[in-house]
Amino acid sequence: MDKKIMIVDPEKCTGCRTCELVCAVKHNGVSAPSLARIHIVKWDNENFYIPMYCRHCEDAPCMAVCPKTAIYRDEELDSVRVDHDLCIGCKMCVSACPFGAMGWDARRGRLFKCDLCHGDPQCVRFCDTKAVDYVKTSMLCCDRMREAAENYTGLIRRQAR
Amino acid sequence: MALNRKIAYIDLDKETIQLEPIPMEWRRKFVGGRGLDAYLLYTNTPGGCDPLGPDNVVVISAGLLGGTLASASSRTHIAAKSPLTNLFGSANMGGFFAPEMRWAGIDHFVIRGKADRPVYIYVHDGEIEFRDADSVWGAGVYDTQAIIRKELGDEETQTLCIGQAGENLVRFASVMTGRKDAGARTGMGAVLGSKNLKAIACRGTMAIEIHQPQEALEYNKKVIDQVISSKASQSMQRWGTNFIFGISNATGLIRTRNFQYNQLPNSEDLEAENLDKYAVGMDACFGCQVHCRYRYVINDGEYAGTYAHGPDNISQGAFGAEVGCRSMETVLVANHLVNDYGIDTLEIGSMIGWAMELYEKGILTDKDTGGMELEWGNTDAVIALIKQVAFREGLGDILAEGPLAAAERFGPDSMKYLIHVKGMSNLHTDERAIPSFALNVAVSSRGSDHLRGRPAIDLYNLEMEVLDRVYRSPDGYDGPLTNSFSEYEGKPRMVMWQELCYMAVESLGICKYHTVFLSPNHLAFKEFSRLIQLNTGMEFSEMDLWNCADRCCAIERLFNLREGMTRADDTLSDRYFDEPTRLGLPVARGKHIDRDKFNAMVSEYYRLHQWDDAGIPTPELLKRLAISDLWPSKKKLETVDG
Repeated sequence: MDKKIMIVDPEKCTGCRTCELVCAVKHNGVSAPSLARIHIVKWDNENFYIPMYCRHCEDAPCMAVCPKTAIYRDEELDSVRVDHDLCIGCKMCVSACPFGAMGWDARRGRLFKCDLCHGDPQCVRFCDTKAVDYVKTSMLCCDRMREAAENYTGLIRRQAR
Repeated sequence: MALNRKIAYIDLDKETIQLEPIPMEWRRKFVGGRGLDAYLLYTNTPGGCDPLGPDNVVVISAGLLGGTLASASSRTHIAAKSPLTNLFGSANMGGFFAPEMRWAGIDHFVIRGKADRPVYIYVHDGEIEFRDADSVWGAGVYDTQAIIRKELGDEETQTLCIGQAGENLVRFASVMTGRKDAGARTGMGAVLGSKNLKAIACRGTMAIEIHQPQEALEYNKKVIDQVISSKASQSMQRWGTNFIFGISNATGLIRTRNFQYNQLPNSEDLEAENLDKYAVGMDACFGCQVHCRYRYVINDGEYAGTYAHGPDNISQGAFGAEVGCRSMETVLVANHLVNDYGIDTLEIGSMIGWAMELYEKGILTDKDTGGMELEWGNTDAVIALIKQVAFREGLGDILAEGPLAAAERFGPDSMKYLIHVKGMSNLHTDERAIPSFALNVAVSSRGSDHLRGRPAIDLYNLEMEVLDRVYRSPDGYDGPLTNSFSEYEGKPRMVMWQELCYMAVESLGICKYHTVFLSPNHLAFKEFSRLIQLNTGMEFSEMDLWNCADRCCAIERLFNLREGMTRADDTLSDRYFDEPTRLGLPVARGKHIDRDKFNAMVSEYYRLHQWDDAGIPTPELLKRLAISDLWPSKKKLETVDG
């Protein structure tokens, strides 16, 4: 089956943080960026808005470090998931994740991370500019190549004139 | 939940802080945001107080739906008695401050007194502290926010602050957050400056509970799709409000050279499309998919390499059409400077245009300007005057006092050329061909202002059935409506309806671009009612909300009446009536406002509001709205006067 992955294009990000809002509402029923699985990291004095979230690494440090094999790969969505029944709350994964994508909800005493909303990521659904997108891996290169190739076609068209 | 946020009463004299819950009765009567601000300002300030004195109170708020799943619930409202108009002061800005304020536990700040040294207030998860502002006093808006973040060691902090203009008590200084979000009108920045209050920094991790999360999520998606499917929103996504400039200039609906012409020929460089070469992306406020502003970098000259946000349609007018400048580069530099110094772009552009006409007419001379040639299109003079105003130097020191005080210095002849209402300058649109727009700026509760009740869709000559759908609900209005913007009939209803709609949207803390402003298909009372229910659980019918808006508009009116405003202030500068427009298409050329018909519109507008012919809310209205206690009976007033 054709797998999908989350990709990001910071140049399209307008910094609105709707993704953070809908993520926390979807998973926790509240408006709270502190509980969102995605976060727009901003350098307001320059021009950088970078969406950050779980990369669902192939060789995931969180999974490797988990002493109870509570973190596993969901083959269907190709995502890194947590089995909360097995999790002992040791937070080793929080330390191990190089992206800061493992969160700890102190109020509920529970780990949280991106679960791709079971195949319909709300951050992507609400992002009108598609700064975050969820695309089939087989289409990924073609789309990017076409976008990049437009630079060349523009140049050639101008020369032809 | 969304209803457990607090009011923080802060006394800068005593350095005390008191947190109070918001009574449910206040929610039901005044909603939140601008509506509750009106009530808090009215009841916490003594009538006739000095706007720059310690008795004036500044109220800063997020709306009832701030930070929730109501698309673009990003708005911060600031209210105080205005040092520009001496009437109800009110400014509204987007960005990320309002949601952060709510995540930090606060819905309204009510701030009085004056600190004995420059301070800023830091709010984090329900805790509030005063901090010395030595490190940021004197700094511009961009640096202030960066320094405070560094000082607090938290890059997620959202800060509202003033620039040098607010510190220097420029009477049209803005309150700012981010790089361009400006609560700019009516000089709220000067009020903060007068209190030695440089900034408020917020950081919060307190969750706002959503009443019906999954339903609210789905409804929010529907609302977003409704908003971004309109032509107006799609144009804004691409060019911001700058898209308005070209069509209004081509038609002859903008004022140029102060108020002498209504079209600026050969101004292609000011058109929205020319922004693309400076653009490095688009920028959005919290939760908004309309992302109506540019992120840009200035390419050449003294400011090469400067990164800024904006400009918008107002800046194209302020630093383009009104002052006769034809270069986008001027607009971009000026927009950057007013945002960093913290000055109202509209007010300063209009005042420079006025000063240029006074120079042309010989009322201002080289002696007054310190040798600066205030010629039309003189970019250097525009930039120099912005700096002079911010730092109160030379001619700028006089302009910084606002239009009426400046006119007093320049002599009675200067008044003839001043385009203002209630001491606040008008934007660059020319309303002489559009009676509904003219009525709106004349009666607006904060002085000349298009954002108080402009029925912008009047310009579109829409089908009557569209106007019927919008303007007859929710109260079943059955009077006249007309769909030609040249008409006078039915326009008072459109202005009154828009006033209530904008009051509602600003009490909820949602952006006006999401309501019936530039499109008839955007949100209004029906959608607001549903958004409140899903997000907070409160049941507000469309009529409940309509009545709340009516009540809060009445309170703003009462505030102004208490400060001595009369019907005579609900008018326009004489040039609207006496000088017909000279340029433009036939719908815009040779037009002026008819005095008698205008007066009839004002009377009808009062009648629709249930205000008497002097513009005073009737006792019956105050009783119906349950605010009779806010307005002393006639007898009591006479005793006070006598």
